[in-house]
Amino acid sequence: MATNSKKAIKISKKHLLGIQDLSISDVNYILSEAKQFIELNRSKSKKLDLLKGKTQINLFFEPSTRTQSSFELAGKRLGADVMSMNIINSAIKKGETLIDTAMTLNAMHPDIIVVRHQDSGACNLLSQKVNCAVLNAGDGRREHPTQALLDALTIIDRKKIIQGLKIAICGDILHSRVARSNIYLLNMLGAEINIIAPSNLMPKDIQKFGVNIFSDMKKGLKDCDIVMMLRLQSERMTSSFLSSNREYYEYYGLTPEKLENAKQDVLIMHPGPMNRGIEIDTNLADDINKSVIKEQVELGVAVRMACLKIFCE
Amino acid sequence: MKKKYYLNANIVDPANNIDQIGGIITDENGKIEAAGKKVNTNNIPSREKFIDLKEKYIFPGLVDMRVFSGEPGYEYKENFRTLSNAALSGGVTSVVTLPNTNPVVDNVSIVDFLKRRGRDKSKINIYPSASLTKNIEGINMTEFGLLQRKGIVGFTDGYKSIQNTRLMSRIIRSAFDLNCLVMQHAEDLELSSGGMVNDGIISTKLGLQGISYLAEKVIVERDLTLLEDFNCRYHLSQISSAASLEVIKNKKQNVNFTSGVSINNLSLNENDVGDFRTFLKLSPPLRSEDDRLSLVNGIKNDLIQVIVSDHKPEDEESKRLTFAQAASGASGIETLLPLALELFHNESLKLSKIIECLTTNPAKILKINKGSLSIGNDADFCIVDIYKPWVVKKENLVSKSKNTCIEGKKLQGKVLKTFVKGEELFKL
Repeated sequence: MATNSKKAIKISKKHLLGIQDLSISDVNYILSEAKQFIELNRSKSKKLDLLKGKTQINLFFEPSTRTQSSFELAGKRLGADVMSMNIINSAIKKGETLIDTAMTLNAMHPDIIVVRHQDSGACNLLSQKVNCAVLNAGDGRREHPTQALLDALTIIDRKKIIQGLKIAICGDILHSRVARSNIYLLNMLGAEINIIAPSNLMPKDIQKFGVNIFSDMKKGLKDCDIVMMLRLQSERMTSSFLSSNREYYEYYGLTPEKLENAKQDVLIMHPGPMNRGIEIDTNLADDINKSVIKEQVELGVAVRMACLKIFCE
Repeated sequence: MKKKYYLNANIVDPANNIDQIGGIITDENGKIEAAGKKVNTNNIPSREKFIDLKEKYIFPGLVDMRVFSGEPGYEYKENFRTLSNAALSGGVTSVVTLPNTNPVVDNVSIVDFLKRRGRDKSKINIYPSASLTKNIEGINMTEFGLLQRKGIVGFTDGYKSIQNTRLMSRIIRSAFDLNCLVMQHAEDLELSSGGMVNDGIISTKLGLQGISYLAEKVIVERDLTLLEDFNCRYHLSQISSAASLEVIKNKKQNVNFTSGVSINNLSLNENDVGDFRTFLKLSPPLRSEDDRLSLVNGIKNDLIQVIVSDHKPEDEESKRLTFAQAASGASGIETLLPLALELFHNESLKLSKIIECLTTNPAKILKINKGSLSIGNDADFCIVDIYKPWVVKKENLVSKSKNTCIEGKKLQGKVLKTFVKGEELFKL
């Protein structure tokens, strides 16, 4: 189905709801577009008019700093009119349902809606009710596709190719949409994936996605090229998953000692925001030789510009 | 009412071991006068007019042990009138209604109200159940004896299980003394808290919190162990997993109890949830295909005796939400029989076995004189074309709520007529 001709490349989906829906050629297309924006973002004049006259609505039902600002900046750099709505303190409080909010916004003729919601599948529901493209900026525990794409771009930027790399994803996998999107994407691009988590934070049957699972962090880190740490999502934990942060750090926090099991040139990643001293040693997080956490944020804007451009078309 | 002769039908009446071509006669009082192969043109007075059913099927009216009626308090979802119309169109003539209404059916005066409303508004036989605990709070028992004397056929906390083991053991003792039927929805609510679908690859993929089969198994195991001491009349309302069946099989050797299953768990599996279809958010959740096959086998091996619709009408507004926010449950009373017939058409189960689980078995458990074509019984029965193809469309549903979990499904088998006490109350 995929064609080799460069001119014929087009995204196969109307919406970006998850990595699960994308084909490998879709992914390569997004990543190659994103690469072009990296230089632009580093230059003095950052503004383009590719999306001039288009309206982008950022619809955030959950608090977010980096994703929301990243999407906002990406839209503005492409020349779109960007409106950000934080619904946490608006219509939903008055009893309006997600579908009604969608219909209301749809009536204003946006070209693209970027949505974050605390419920898995919320963006799927929304996409059925609006005429424009929907970009998922994180839904519940399900997917966070642009995060996975920017992670892949960061890895490619440093390691050239993902095929054959050994990548550990460590921490609160159960509540993590970042982990799920990364598993789909990195698997697709040919990496070997180790999932490290205490049994209480490991989703059922995750090994069926073709990953190795570990509850012993040292074993899971063995010979890894990349370590991706996840944030402990205390706000989603309704009952006792862990005894204490102190014990969690002892067994699942990334420390120089545990990192010795990985390869010499290992890279450390984190989607942010970080809990320093809980899931990651503060010096490691800032280690410029190993940590690419700031680069992830930087490339995030480029990836989101690429997604906005592609899905607005 | 005139005496009527229905001849040349395929009669399936497991209670009387009838599974053959024959006829039935209903008398002037709406009772069964005769049923079986001897009722044919040679044996009826030649001057009498008869109805030739041309080998269509006659089943006893279905007895559905688990139905939410909406009355009182939720009349916008369903009421006795709409419920009985929906039931009749599916061949169901007797239902046990759940007590989790508003107010809860937990005292004698509300039973009086229900019986009056049922008599005035319903065309089918309504058998109300009452709650095990006051206001379904799981703390204090209701008055089993007095409620039973008023006509309550069984006791259940609806979609909740009794969590406190000491209370459960006391409920079992009281039920033993008073000869009452306990119907438990087996689910450890702490273990399943926040869960929406089966815990497994699908829940992980969709990012929805799972409900482990263990939440059901621990309650099944606990209750059946408690029965070793005082073996009251006990029925597991609906089980959903192979693991629970394994426990049931082992416990059968030393305690007496019965088990039911929802037609949804018998016909669908977790994959049907698809792309967040809230109409398939059910309790217990749809589980794996292996679990489904085990449940079918459980019926074959007599480990499960009852199939229910678990009819739970929900208005559209409760379902047009994200999966986490949507209400659980599906409307299903009118598709119970056609969906069950699918198990016959795909050669999973024998027809007589399916009908047994839908008629005489639930009637026996409830100790009600229904679900059979025995001579002298009320003539509650349905005439069915078991091969008639049709497609489930929500706009054609009779129930007040349209939340079917099998929208668009192609089925074979349609009820042509339904009779209660000899009177034709539904015609296709």
